[in-house]
Amino acid sequence: MAKLYSKTQPEQVTMLPKKETVEFLLSYSRALTMVRTENGIYENIAN
Amino acid sequence: MANVVIPDAVLVKNYMGGDEGSLSVLIKRHQSKIYGFIYSKVSDRDIADDIFQDTFIKVIKTLKSQSYNEEGKFLPWVMRISHNLIVDHFRRNKKMPMYRETEEFSIFSIMSDNSPNIESQIITEQVESDLQRLIEELPADQKEVLQMRMYQDLSFKEIADLTGVSINTALGRMRYALMNLRKVIDKNKIILTN
Repeated sequence: MAKLYSKTQPEQVTMLPKKETVEFLLSYSRALTMVRTENGIYENIAN
Repeated sequence: MANVVIPDAVLVKNYMGGDEGSLSVLIKRHQSKIYGFIYSKVSDRDIADDIFQDTFIKVIKTLKSQSYNEEGKFLPWVMRISHNLIVDHFRRNKKMPMYRETEEFSIFSIMSDNSPNIESQIITEQVESDLQRLIEELPADQKEVLQMRMYQDLSFKEIADLTGVSINTALGRMRYALMNLRKVIDKNKIILTN
């Protein structure tokens, strides 16, 4: 039986941000509130 | 039980309504595509992380301020934000490129510190002090012209007007002042250079 040759496909690396970056974004979102007033929008970060 | 995939539009609406969990789903769903896109442009993981973070900070702020109009285009919108931040990054980098030190390359090979060190400063102060002592030894009229010219930066016209002499006289006094200084310096073998 003839040998079968096949090109090995290069491994596809999934690019992901650092876990800490995502955790920071989620914490930031939880801490942030935006307040709309007639003078504009104010950011409030709760510690 | 079939996994129900909640559309982006619903997640966005829920997040804007206060459901923080929806943001987590959105990020996890799209992080690979967005981060991969950023990395493909900047080729640096740290920079890609920064831009990814900045992208989602903008997303969070826009959604939380209820400024987002849902038109079923959440991912293209986020990609556009990241694209604009990548452009900003390259523009900033062009003005102030970042150099990373390696074994072969040191930042000090292209940057130099031209400010005088303490030794040079001390020598300069000493030279100036010695020069002032020599100037004090000059005849009064020559000293006056020299000081007005060198220390007060006056023109010869101004010196002539202030001292009540002609410009030629002022010029002559300056010439003699410099000749006399040179004679004293040579005679006493004074070194006045840094």
